[in-house]
Amino acid sequence: MANSNKLSKSAEQNAVLTLGDVTIRFGGLTAVNGVSMSVKRGSIVGLIGPNGAGKTTAFNVITGFYKPSSGYVEFTPPNAPPMKITGLDPHKICKAGIARTFQNIRLFGNGTVLENVMTGAYVRQKSKWWMNILPVFPGAIREEREIRRQAAVLLERLDLIRFMNAHAASLPYGAQRRLEIARALATKPSFLLLDEPAAGMNPRESAELLGFIRTLRDEFDLSILLIEHDMKVVMGVCERIWVLDEGRLIADGDSAAIRGNPRVIEAYLGKEASHA
Amino acid sequence: MMSASSGNRIRNNILTLAAAALLAVSLWLAPKYLDGYKIRIINLIAINAILGLSLNLIYGMAGMFSLGHAGFMAIGAYVSALLILTPEQKSMMWILDPIAPWLLNLHAPFYVSLLLAGIAAAFFGWLISLPILRLGGDYLGIATLGFSEILRILIANLTPITNGPIGLKGIPAHTNLWVSYGCLLVLLIAVIRLMGSNFGNVMRAVRDDEIAAETMGINTFRTKALAFTIGCFGAGVGGALMGNIITTIDAKMFTITQTYNILMIVVIGGLGSITGSILGSVIITTMLEWLRFVENPITIGAFKMDGKPGMRMVIFSILLVAVIIFRREGIMGMREFSWDWILSRPAAIRNRFASGETPKGGDLNG
Repeated sequence: MANSNKLSKSAEQNAVLTLGDVTIRFGGLTAVNGVSMSVKRGSIVGLIGPNGAGKTTAFNVITGFYKPSSGYVEFTPPNAPPMKITGLDPHKICKAGIARTFQNIRLFGNGTVLENVMTGAYVRQKSKWWMNILPVFPGAIREEREIRRQAAVLLERLDLIRFMNAHAASLPYGAQRRLEIARALATKPSFLLLDEPAAGMNPRESAELLGFIRTLRDEFDLSILLIEHDMKVVMGVCERIWVLDEGRLIADGDSAAIRGNPRVIEAYLGKEASHA
Repeated sequence: MMSASSGNRIRNNILTLAAAALLAVSLWLAPKYLDGYKIRIINLIAINAILGLSLNLIYGMAGMFSLGHAGFMAIGAYVSALLILTPEQKSMMWILDPIAPWLLNLHAPFYVSLLLAGIAAAFFGWLISLPILRLGGDYLGIATLGFSEILRILIANLTPITNGPIGLKGIPAHTNLWVSYGCLLVLLIAVIRLMGSNFGNVMRAVRDDEIAAETMGINTFRTKALAFTIGCFGAGVGGALMGNIITTIDAKMFTITQTYNILMIVVIGGLGSITGSILGSVIITTMLEWLRFVENPITIGAFKMDGKPGMRMVIFSILLVAVIIFRREGIMGMREFSWDWILSRPAAIRNRFASGETPKGGDLNG
């Protein structure tokens, strides 16, 4: 692997997420093959590649839905030592501070917009489930009220407050995508994974999204890893880009380096195009 | 309602209290004016509502298709009855095999036995939830059905403990209107508060999308096991109340038919609706009794029909099929009763007629 050893020492020390030689096989198919990469704290990193390159599989490994066949994933929460998250249950990985959105939106369709966001906040809720059966625990009542308030603040921030009591499934497409981000932010993550945030958006909307992703990072103190097919978004917002093809990491670097990289052009457009 | 002003909230609280007082007065007056048969049906409405509510918690709110409710009812009914029966009664009753010695002198007052019945059913619910909640959808239904059948056969054969096929007789009729409606009220308040809290959101989230819920940091397995256990607690209490009103229990009472009756209450009322389970219980319980007339010999003009036992179940099945075809979500869907909705009805109906539009569907949010 050409790129796996290139990580500089300083980048590794500052890493919020490190993938170490991660391989995952489904029967005879190797979906992700020996991928090593790291994400610097506070950066916005893009993960690109043609369809079937293993991008979403890599996301599912990071969030704990797939256990890698070999290799490890290491996550460093803010002000804490690095922890191996390989093999942890997804809800524990979320608790550690990793949140994500989905390529095909997965909201809680029967719940209201507010309830969706409040559900995200449950992972940080301290009071136990039975404490709300009788109104005799002032701490629990206060916490519920605080969760409701913070959820409303998030909705306000993501311009969804007018939908607060609407059913999540009844929202327009773009609003549903924002709601997914709001729900992810409600879990108070330090690392956010966005799976094709610009999918189905028109050019104007994706241009807005660019600025919005940057603001999110600054406002909520996040590191962001995003999968995206919209090259304008990727090149515009990502400080570093990793390129996957057929499960292998074929390139990484800033947008200029990726744009000129013959292997990337070959992966996307075929052999002749890269020689042209 | 979120948008209700504090004035509305006070008005709603007063209305709720008034409704509760009205119910209390009716319960107080009922024994004076109604015969024993009608009183029993009114009791059964409350007990079925408890059972429906607890199954709704499992199936409607947490999305686990369970067909094992009769089994957990049986646990509750037997635990309660075995604790209430006196040692003299017990030593008289076991004629096939002698009673297990440790059980003979075990005795507890009625209310303690109710609580223990719920706890025992909840314990067994928790125990079997550990292996079977990994299953999804219909498979879970089959597994819980299997468990319920195993339990029924165990009860019929574990003679030293359950008195086998003879069952238990002479259970004191502790269940009266105050007891059954008191239990219903306690459970109702608990479920409303629980489903209104953020944990309620979490339960519904697990039902709607388990993968998304897990990603949002929710321990979905634990949440489902918890919902299942709470639901089984309700089934145990309901079973115990049932035993204490019928005063005789045996294994045959807790067949799949019993589960289906409760399932019908939940489905017709509306999966996921607390109000729906109460309405469903009222409708199904009264219909089950009222439809008994079709089992009597009927003469319509020249047409004569002999009484056929089981005929009402045929009619019931047809009704259920009709509901599934024409109104899948049941009476309430996932909606709940609210005073704001009731009080806005007259104006809404006037508007409908004034604008000359044909009413469309039951839009309770309108």
